[in-house]
Amino acid sequence: MTDADQATAPLKPTKLNTPVAVEMTGVNKWYGDFHVLRDIDLKVMGGERIVICGPSGSGKSTMIRCINRLEEHQSGRIVVDGVELTNDLKKIDEIRREVGMVFQHFNLFPHLTVLQNCTLALIWVRKMPKKAAEEVALHYLQRVKIPEQAAKYPGQLSGGQQQRVAIARALCMNPKIMLFDEPTSALDPEMVKEVLDTMVGLAEDGMTMLVVTHEMGFAREVANRIVFMDDGQIIEANAPEEFFAHPQHERTKLFLSQILR
Amino acid sequence: MTMAEGDLAVTKLHFVRERAIEAKPPPPAMTGALGWVRENLLSTPLNIALTVFIVLLLLWLIPALVNFLAVDAVWSGADRDACRKLVQHREIGACWPFVWERLPYFVYGSYPIPQRWRVDVFFAMLAVGVVWLLWLEAPRRDLGAGYFFVVLPVASFVLLHGFPAIGLPVVDTVLWGGVLVTIVVASVGIVCSLPLGILLALGRRSAMPTVNLLSTMFIEFVRGVPLITVLFMASVMPPLFVPEQYEPDKLLRALIGIALFASAYMAEVVRAGLQAIPKGQYEGAMAVGLKYWQMMRLIVLPQALTITIPNIVNTYIGLFKDTTLVFIVGIFDLLRTIEVARIDPKWATPVTSTTGYAVAAMFYLVFCYGMSRYARAMEARLATGDKR
Repeated sequence: MTDADQATAPLKPTKLNTPVAVEMTGVNKWYGDFHVLRDIDLKVMGGERIVICGPSGSGKSTMIRCINRLEEHQSGRIVVDGVELTNDLKKIDEIRREVGMVFQHFNLFPHLTVLQNCTLALIWVRKMPKKAAEEVALHYLQRVKIPEQAAKYPGQLSGGQQQRVAIARALCMNPKIMLFDEPTSALDPEMVKEVLDTMVGLAEDGMTMLVVTHEMGFAREVANRIVFMDDGQIIEANAPEEFFAHPQHERTKLFLSQILR
Repeated sequence: MTMAEGDLAVTKLHFVRERAIEAKPPPPAMTGALGWVRENLLSTPLNIALTVFIVLLLLWLIPALVNFLAVDAVWSGADRDACRKLVQHREIGACWPFVWERLPYFVYGSYPIPQRWRVDVFFAMLAVGVVWLLWLEAPRRDLGAGYFFVVLPVASFVLLHGFPAIGLPVVDTVLWGGVLVTIVVASVGIVCSLPLGILLALGRRSAMPTVNLLSTMFIEFVRGVPLITVLFMASVMPPLFVPEQYEPDKLLRALIGIALFASAYMAEVVRAGLQAIPKGQYEGAMAVGLKYWQMMRLIVLPQALTITIPNIVNTYIGLFKDTTLVFIVGIFDLLRTIEVARIDPKWATPVTSTTGYAVAAMFYLVFCYGMSRYARAMEARLATGDKR
């Protein structure tokens, strides 16, 4: 009963400054000789939910990691909410403050408690007093339905709980855009649903989301648009119904026939 | 479940468990003292052989030690005659009166006798600082850190070196010696090497080419030469370049040499820890918006230093024992004072040297083993909060 009440705790993603959340134009990236991203053009509007799928090594993770500069692109433009990503560290910091990220392997800080994981950035980046930061953190831990684990260390939680903490940690910064890099790929099958449910809730609140995932059920239910990538390029992008019902490109058809059995 | 039921479960296609199996205690041979002995001492033939060998070794070693240090030892006397077999007509163990008489020299060196209270005050202040910092439940440890890293160095300098304006005559470092010098050299090395080592390690992993190159060159150069060479250079080179009156103090030069030497080794220890931290930790920290120094201080270093505690303490223990090498540039550390005292004709007996070295061994054993035990306790404590 209380769980249901907590689930409806309000979350209002902050409005973006510009209508376009992320705009990538002609983005190229190489790892040494290897051309990972080839002429990527992608425009994500505020409030849009994009699911990115494709075979492993197709560059989908690399693409979303370019958006908060965990990876550097070599040519082309990436503009995040009106701020262009360059080598300017101030711009990078500004963008990282506005963009939350959830990783495949959670990347929680094992030497800090769940609560400290969530308050760390509020205290050191947002310069919030400790008490206020803890209130915010507890609010979001409630939202992902694990306030009772606040005093534990990440290593004492299950994978699904850890991933929900990671989501709460990102939400604490009140991001305008959320990036998800295969958030359920490292989870036991029984844990996938609790994480996906949290993400669905987030989508319902109007968060702008870019999600790399193989969960096609989630894509069908939540996405505005599905982007299919292979060999570092965007092969096909379409609304989910069309994408699943009438894939155009041969590679897309092959991919879908492999994963939808 | 009986055997028959178990067989049925395998052979019959349909099986539904009707009652859950309760957890039962393990068999008695696995628990208690007997279980521990079986598990740890007698588990394999090799293990049994080793146990027997070690028991025999201890049976041979312990009585010999106890005999030398206590049973046959001489406890009082005025000069060498008290410790001579020919005079006493009995087996002679350790010659403790020699140690009693020379103990002040072992502790203070040639520090002027009327001024030795200053050294005692220094030891007391150092002990307070060490306990305040190392005892994790101590009150106001932030004040303790300030005391240890700011008040203590200044106070120690004023006390030990002297400050004529407040009535403490200057005591030249040439007169310092014994435990005092060993403790001063070791503490300066220990306190300076960790922060310097961390900076060097970060520098060596830095993406900035200049910082990277300078750190790497320093580390590789220092590791490429023996400590004795560093000490020799510190002691012999400056006089060639600097006029005599501006020449830095001999002990100070040795201190700087040792601190820099230790920090190069510490840098490699810390670097190993940094490399063990998964890339995801850096990415997680960057993604929430932490800047480089925040990321290092809050996320990376706490984890890297925790996993390298055994190696850091290993380096500290090595450093503590390496301080004995300062004798080579004419500084009288504990071992050197024992060396000088043991050839004093007043106490010339066959057991004098052994007794002196036994004292040195006990001193170093107590300090090194203490460091080792404290580190183990820290590891255990940190491990409880850090189950991955």
